[in-house]
Amino acid sequence: MHKTDRLRSFRIEELTRVEGEGALEVVVDGDEIVDLEFRIFESPRFFEAFLRGREYTEAPDITARICGICPVAYQTSSINAMEQILGIRVSPQIRDLRRLLYMAEWIESHALHIYLLHAPDFLGFPSGMAMAAEFPTEVRDALRLKSIGNDLMACIGGREIHPVNPMVGGFHRAPTPDQLRAVEPDMEWALEAALRTVALVSTFPFPELDLDYEFVALSDPDEYAVLDGRIRSSEGIDITVDEFNDVFVEEHVERSNALHARIRDRGSYHVGPIARFNLNREQLHPVALKAARGIEPVVVNPFRSIVVRAVELVHACATGLDIVRRYVRPESPAATAPVRAGEGHGASEAPRGLLYHRYRIDESGIITDAQIVPPTSQNQLRIEEDLRRLIPTILGLTDEEMQHHLEQAIRNYDPCISCATHFLDFRVHRS
Amino acid sequence: MGKPSLAVWKFASCDGCQLSLLDLEDRLLDIAEAVDIAHFPEASTAHADGPYTVSLVEGSITTPRDADRIRAVRHQSELVVAIGACATAGGIQALRNLADSDEFVRTVYATPTYIDSLATSTPISDHIEVDIELRGCPVSKIQLLDVVGALLAGRKPDLPTYPVCIECKARGVSCVMVAGGIACLGPITQAGCGAICPAYDRGCYGCFGPAETVNVASLAWQWRELGIEDEALVRSLRTFNTAAPAFAAASAAIEDR
Ligand code: SF4
Ligand code: SF4
Repeated sequence: MHKTDRLRSFRIEELTRVEGEGALEVVVDGDEIVDLEFRIFESPRFFEAFLRGREYTEAPDITARICGICPVAYQTSSINAMEQILGIRVSPQIRDLRRLLYMAEWIESHALHIYLLHAPDFLGFPSGMAMAAEFPTEVRDALRLKSIGNDLMACIGGREIHPVNPMVGGFHRAPTPDQLRAVEPDMEWALEAALRTVALVSTFPFPELDLDYEFVALSDPDEYAVLDGRIRSSEGIDITVDEFNDVFVEEHVERSNALHARIRDRGSYHVGPIARFNLNREQLHPVALKAARGIEPVVVNPFRSIVVRAVELVHACATGLDIVRRYVRPESPAATAPVRAGEGHGASEAPRGLLYHRYRIDESGIITDAQIVPPTSQNQLRIEEDLRRLIPTILGLTDEEMQHHLEQAIRNYDPCISCATHFLDFRVHRS
Repeated sequence: MGKPSLAVWKFASCDGCQLSLLDLEDRLLDIAEAVDIAHFPEASTAHADGPYTVSLVEGSITTPRDADRIRAVRHQSELVVAIGACATAGGIQALRNLADSDEFVRTVYATPTYIDSLATSTPISDHIEVDIELRGCPVSKIQLLDVVGALLAGRKPDLPTYPVCIECKARGVSCVMVAGGIACLGPITQAGCGAICPAYDRGCYGCFGPAETVNVASLAWQWRELGIEDEALVRSLRTFNTAAPAFAAASAAIEDR
């Protein structure tokens, strides 16, 4: 970082406390932004390329490896797409188990981001571990919350990272009611801890920044949509998941190993907790809805995402607890159907936002084409726009303070750069 | 003498293995007390320059830049531990190694000159000397904790080289292949996971890579007896450890049959 009379340039070589490898470069001339690049340099891994030629049953296990923080999201979106092709509809019990597993992933991922990755920004620490000296109870609570999410994932999925149990049609084995009942006391504790989290993060100092966003999320009239739903936006988009490519386009941006998504003829959009909350607030679990009382009707300050994430943590714990309490073991752990050729679309709400998958399979079940659009590549354009809006408001600060604010603003999105990267291949195949 | 220092490095990966470190929960704070966490960008903004006592390396080498970077890690580290299938075998992204590389590179890099990617994904040990390899996709966090603990205590960790079948017996899981007719890679896969898949009524899918002794011919025979086509076995060997020598040789041999 250096400073001349008018020209200030910032270069964050390696963004920290984000998943994956990214960099930020900003050049300001006086109060004008000359250059701004949120760059992803994580090495591409070409998932869409090597999914071709694999059997449809392998998609959940393979795509899970795109991201170690949200494998269930990848498994769910790919399973949804395959089940659409095969015409499989699962029983309410299997659906409940899926939701429970997904809520467990939200718990571990949200607890990780709120406490270990984002809170240090608000409280002025380099890491969650460093925070432990001054906030020992909070950090221990956070680690326990995360571990309860992990334990629940392991109970249903076999292990917390890359669970082995989910499959097209359901699960290899459904847990016994006793297994789930054993986690009930922990879940009760987690719900209390999540409520304390909302109270804690609500007291953080939030930089002023109100932005115009188009929010996009799955929606369902009957539940806070996670497993599926229609894709809706705050500006009137209301489509089925199948129509994703009619409305959203991906563009390759030269500086990045990821594609940027935008709404056709319109521009950037925002996916993730704030989008879900603003669009679907009324469907939150009553306990979470109550915890959200103090929150403005529409959240437009991206720094407030940490509060919304905490509300979603409450939602995940409360919803999970309900499912644990009413759980009846499904008669059969999975539904089956004969293989047939076709194209399928699947989406779900990953902790970081909408995750879309599309596959084509042939009559023997072999994948011939795959497309995956992760949340972070949908938010990437929006992240840059946030930074462009933020910079003029913080030009009075020292370089160091400015850099801190910029990093914090990027972390508002909990960006998962590992997810965003594997895109490269898709661009190539379009060209 | 100060505390030992720990550094965590990422190459091509999904972050799952280093996340296992954060999943140690309470014990993470104990580790944070016992060692200086000198470099762990995913968890901390703080960074201290090397040398480091122990470097944990996640991910495979897929770019020229990373090939340079891993050498720098070696120079600064007393001990290098490769964690996970990406770091020990090249990971699922090593499926690119099987593609006709010229063709593949041409397809993928038709226009972009600014993306620098190698035609192969290779394990850390292809580039530098590695002191310990921890298998799994992801690693077992119990093994990870053991290894970090052993190294800090100056011991060599004790890692199993026997197959998953032994863990099934230890866990009291009845064999899904013999009793359930489900295809399983357990007889040729290294233990360490605790036989998770068979305990969940599915066959092992080989995420810990090949065991020390691997009899693929006998496994292939068993799979055929179950009515499974060779192509399915080849695909099963070509996942997260596709480039592990024993799996790569086995899948090529079956394909050539
Ligand atoms: S070995 Fe598996 S879990 Fe570990 S980083 Fe690689 S893909 Fe992720
Ligand atoms: S289930 Fe698989 S790993 Fe377990 S004993 Fe049988 S063959 Fe071996």
